[in-house]
Amino acid sequence: MFARGLKRKCADHEEDMGGALAGFRAVPSYSLQRQSLLDMSLVKLQLCHMLVEPNLCRSVLIANTVRQIQEEMTQDGTWRVAAPQSTGRAPLDRLVSTEILCRSMREQDGVHPAPGMGDDHVLGPGSELSTVTSAQTPRDPQNSVWEMDSPRENRGNFQKSLDQIFETLETRNPSSAEELFSDMDSSYYDLDTVLTGVVSRAEPGPCDGLQGLPPVATPASSSSCKSDLGELDHVMEILVET
Amino acid sequence: CGLLCLAASSQHGVLRDHPGVPSTADIISTVEFNYSGDLLATGDKGGRVVIFQREQENKSRPHSRGEYNVYSTFQSHEPEFDYLKSLEIEEKINKIRWLPQQNAAHFLLSTNDKTIKLWKISERDKRAEGYNLKDEDGRLRDPFRITALRVPILKPMDLMVEASPRRIFANAHTYHINSISVNSDHETYLSADDLRINLWHLEITDRSFNIVDMKPANMEELAEVITAAEFHPHQCNVLVYSSSKGTVRLCDMRSSALCDRHSKFFEEPEDPSSRSFFSEIISSISDVKFSHSGRYMMTRDYLSVKVWDLNMESRPVETHQVHEYLRSKLCSLYENDCIFDKFECCWNGSDSAIMTGSYNNFFRMFDRNARRDVTLEASRENSKPRASLKPRKVCTGGKRKKDEISVDSLDFNKKILHTAWHPLENIIAVAATNNLYIFQDKVN
Repeated sequence: MFARGLKRKCADHEEDMGGALAGFRAVPSYSLQRQSLLDMSLVKLQLCHMLVEPNLCRSVLIANTVRQIQEEMTQDGTWRVAAPQSTGRAPLDRLVSTEILCRSMREQDGVHPAPGMGDDHVLGPGSELSTVTSAQTPRDPQNSVWEMDSPRENRGNFQKSLDQIFETLETRNPSSAEELFSDMDSSYYDLDTVLTGVVSRAEPGPCDGLQGLPPVATPASSSSCKSDLGELDHVMEILVET
Repeated sequence: CGLLCLAASSQHGVLRDHPGVPSTADIISTVEFNYSGDLLATGDKGGRVVIFQREQENKSRPHSRGEYNVYSTFQSHEPEFDYLKSLEIEEKINKIRWLPQQNAAHFLLSTNDKTIKLWKISERDKRAEGYNLKDEDGRLRDPFRITALRVPILKPMDLMVEASPRRIFANAHTYHINSISVNSDHETYLSADDLRINLWHLEITDRSFNIVDMKPANMEELAEVITAAEFHPHQCNVLVYSSSKGTVRLCDMRSSALCDRHSKFFEEPEDPSSRSFFSEIISSISDVKFSHSGRYMMTRDYLSVKVWDLNMESRPVETHQVHEYLRSKLCSLYENDCIFDKFECCWNGSDSAIMTGSYNNFFRMFDRNARRDVTLEASRENSKPRASLKPRKVCTGGKRKKDEISVDSLDFNKKILHTAWHPLENIIAVAATNNLYIFQDKVN
């Protein structure tokens, strides 16, 4: 472990070089580790978002981890995003962008860990990050993307992206544009309900009697059918923005 | 010599063998003994069920007693496509549960993510000969040639084991089914997915009752899912279900139709000194099992197995560390997704011992009375017939002793998620990816 003085020097150096020397430090700072954990988690969420069958338990656990990090970063005031890119993309895009991990290196310049946190919490690679605060994060209304210097705007957009992830987890975002547009024809639903009913009962079941009609759909499946239609806006939004 | 003298059975201890490059379809996804222990069912990722039967004692082959041989193989589930959501439904068998035997046939429930099926496995060792209307090939006889009537006679034939689906319980789960459990009334069973638990009657396939619903009104608020559920072994009104937040809720179906309010809530208070960003993930319970006595239950989280007294909700009565040396590796295990692996656990018949799996094809057994534990390995090299399994040890730091393996050398792709213990004897079944190992106590 480095002596206190030496570490601080490294941190100052890092500020000047804009994180370019990050790779030369043997022990990453707590905030850098936390940021990379956050980015890793967001990538995992996006990846499972794109998979055909997201594992709901895994997604919930990752999302809860992200929320914890977000809460802690809000608490110590490090929750902020760099100024919007000149290309004019909304901050939301950064969360869905695949260059998230690179971003963590660029944004570390100027991020000061809260006083007293720096040295006590420096850990070796692969170690745990400690002390999560359990403050409630207020759900802020969606502010304009272009509002300057407000950490709330980022939380609001961040919350929105988490929400969208869960909504589309429920409705299972179609993996291709063709399938997306085929859903818009509502007459398909009637046909597909019958097909689904027939497909799932394709095996011979002598004791089930006549199987001409599909079984009565449970309330859960018919409401998800309606919400599929209703959530198309969200799906379109995400696809268009990426 | 109890637990420590486990040896492979004389068939090299490896059944369901797949040398060479295994396909993912052969990966075993569930293992379950029936109530007598004579039958052992396995399900795999390809939707197949393979049932093994224990050989009866045979004087001409004295060493063959206790061997398990293939009894029946059938395709339980096929891949399906959900047209509404444009999603494929995997055929992987998530769970198999046997029904208590009531006649000559055997019944089991097998489930994939969406559909539960009741299978009947029956033997046929006689066939009828001497039909009037058809001859031995099965071709219809010319009616004009039939001059006399005869009574068909039953003659012995080679044993044939047939599996036929008797019930298909479909379309009741929006999310992925993780558990099924047969009730002690032998008439009903439960099926649990990530957010809901349904109660079925074994005779009725077009209707089920929802008894637990954890789905929030607003899916954006979703923070907890159901991970496992089981009926009490004796009290037909009691069930438990575990969650991703490390809690277990016990419900009594007599108190209300919808068991949204639990009767008991089991949660161990968190140790604030070990809190990290991974605390919740490693506290997520991957399996919950009642003891055979019904007095205790066991929960498996990522690093430990806990035994709970049903009368005490505040904390477990026992905590057994499975692989505590992984605690310092949680970040890497999060990165490679191993932290989300769902390990199962099981009791022995007398509830004196518990077993669960780990990585590197290791599995752990804990003797609750003697307070001893052992790490064993399920691998080809260690499973010479009738040779004892050697205890293994993981070196956690400092000098590595001979025969120890260091944490960094562990193979995290070789995970033992599924194990089963014979209900009466010291015989265990261990699934290592696509291989099944059976070990028996040498004293037998």
